[in-house]
Amino acid sequence: MKRTLIARVEDRPGVLNRVASLFRRRAFNIESLTVGHTEEPDVSRMTIVVDSTQSGAEKVAQNLQKLVNVIRVEDISDMPAVTRDVALIKVETPDNRTRAELMQIVDTFRARVVDVGVETLIVEATGTEEKVDGLVDVLRPFGIVEMVRTGRVAMVRGKNVNKGESK
Amino acid sequence: MILTGAQIVWEMLHREGVEVVFGIPGGAIMHTYHPLSEYGIRHVLVRHEQGAAHAADGYARASGKVGVAIATSGPGATNLVTGIATAMMDSSPIVCITGQVASSLIGTDAFQETDITGITLPITKHNYLVTDVDDLASVIHEAFYLACHGRPGPVLIDLPKDVQQAETEFVPPTEEVRLPGHAYIGVSDPTDAIARAAELIDSCERPVILAGHGVSMAEAETALRQFAERIDSPVAVTLLGKGGFPASHPLYLGMMGMHGDAQANRAIQEADLLIALGMRFDDRVTGDLSRYAPHARKIHVDLDAAELNKLISVDVAVHADLQRALLDLLPLVDKRDRKEWHEVVSEWWEESRAVDVINQHDEDAKLTMPHVIDAIRRSTHGEAIVVTDVGQHQMWAAQYYRFDRPNAFITSGGLGTMGFGLPAALGAQIARPDAEVWAMVGDGGLQMTVQELATVVQEQLPIKIALCDNGYLGMVRQWQEMFYDKNYESTRLVNPDFVKLAEAYGIRAWRAGDHDQAASAIDQARAHRGPALIDFQVVKEGEGGNVYPMVPAGAALHEMIRRPYPTKVGER
Repeated sequence: MKRTLIARVEDRPGVLNRVASLFRRRAFNIESLTVGHTEEPDVSRMTIVVDSTQSGAEKVAQNLQKLVNVIRVEDISDMPAVTRDVALIKVETPDNRTRAELMQIVDTFRARVVDVGVETLIVEATGTEEKVDGLVDVLRPFGIVEMVRTGRVAMVRGKNVNKGESK
Repeated sequence: MILTGAQIVWEMLHREGVEVVFGIPGGAIMHTYHPLSEYGIRHVLVRHEQGAAHAADGYARASGKVGVAIATSGPGATNLVTGIATAMMDSSPIVCITGQVASSLIGTDAFQETDITGITLPITKHNYLVTDVDDLASVIHEAFYLACHGRPGPVLIDLPKDVQQAETEFVPPTEEVRLPGHAYIGVSDPTDAIARAAELIDSCERPVILAGHGVSMAEAETALRQFAERIDSPVAVTLLGKGGFPASHPLYLGMMGMHGDAQANRAIQEADLLIALGMRFDDRVTGDLSRYAPHARKIHVDLDAAELNKLISVDVAVHADLQRALLDLLPLVDKRDRKEWHEVVSEWWEESRAVDVINQHDEDAKLTMPHVIDAIRRSTHGEAIVVTDVGQHQMWAAQYYRFDRPNAFITSGGLGTMGFGLPAALGAQIARPDAEVWAMVGDGGLQMTVQELATVVQEQLPIKIALCDNGYLGMVRQWQEMFYDKNYESTRLVNPDFVKLAEAYGIRAWRAGDHDQAASAIDQARAHRGPALIDFQVVKEGEGGNVYPMVPAGAALHEMIRRPYPTKVGER
């Protein structure tokens, strides 16, 4: 089962390495890990998806929490949350007919074409992983030249904010 | 006050209360050594950096303070690694300071450059690469805070040469450290869990308290004694838990685990409640996990949340400071008298005593290490600090030297580091100059750090070294005898003359091959004011040369192999 953890960490050199090293050291499997800035200048936020049971994810969280630069870890899998995955997908367009057909599919998925080249175009899709998976499945027969996905980012709904102490 | 980075190091160590450091200078740390004499801090020059880390560890365990080791970059730093890993596994608070090549050279494969913060990432509680001299003072303050707060552990500070040389206005760091993440360790409110624990305790009939290293680390010895007496429960200890509960106490049950006391292991397997305090269910403690304490419900109290439900799932997990948890529990539990349970347990004790090798009063009995350790215990009235290496002698020291006080048994439990004994004893003696320190070592392990004999002499430390000389890597040989058809592959040692070796270093030494010689050598070594070594030539194999009981790999605790002679008592 996939579990989603949110970790707020100090924005310092080497913190990502510490987190990744912990996963290797304790033999936890990372499905995806994204890092980015937050509303606070010195704090980064990681969304970590692990393929694990609830108690396994708890172990991950407890061990992460022991890292000095990790401020607060929370398993949000059972909370109401918005989760998003962003994908850039480059698809082959040998002729105008294919291109038109692709445009229609992209529209249906509420994705966007962000670049049009002579023989390819790039689709940007944002949504849950299931939605992006669905789009990828439909695009695959056209010939996907390359693809990049961010992996899951997540945020709990409402005022329940995973901040921890920042002072 | 304008100071160099080097001066800030000593200024801060002084402010942190450091009186002694263990180290070896070298190219990338020389600059830090230069102003040392201005600060009145004692530097103990070890002969190998592994010795510096172990000595700092031994110092920390004997004193309760943070131990400090210093080394140069590259090989100096990598030589610390075994000692750092040892301290990590046994939660020992040490701070290691390593020199590093100049910042401009980092990443260029410069001479004696190594990525020591990368290497020690998984074996330190935290580490730092200081790139700005203005950060140095607060980094050192944080390092000392982290080493000894929460679950203690090693912290490493890597210091590039240019940072040691750089000058800055020294600003003492504020007392309070800013560690936003660290504040979250230990915040859960244990009230509910403690109430549930009290219910389980009141409703059980055959409890066993499992006391680990956490007892002495939390200074919970008195609380534990009051608690155990109130609920009238036997107390088994882990290897590192020795001394956390007095061995002379009527509720003392002995050591648990692979070479634990038979009555302790049997009690655990028969118990209906385990109360685990500051221990972590190491595989050497549990044997086969799936058949561990099959009838028992389990309460686990630990300061480290990651230890709770790690290996076995427990009925009540209490995430708390141990002393506080015990004091909270005390008024909630009934005072009990568990006469029936004690009767069962004392029968097991009797059986253990009957097969114990030191209770065999055979005039011609050959000298075994249990006899030696028992003789040292009697001679020192059980009041020495015992520091061991790793292997058979370590288990015998744990079994036969009875510890009534905490921090008197210093041993590498988690990592099982051969070579730990001598340098750790050196650190312990420096921490406790008035105590009688006995290093109990094997002929294999001693030779892994034997060069520290020179440090012992240079520092004029009156350590007594009891060498268990059986001409083998004994514990491996025991396994080969028992499980590998006596195929003693690569375990026989052709040894030097240890008496001459010790004398070459300037250490008085004796050789003892029988009981009389042993007793006399112990007396003479104790009477001698300086360092002393006794080469105890003990039984090499067979019954007197093996550690019993033994829970074989993969077996459950009650399936331990018992000492087979003289009477066939309690095979299982």
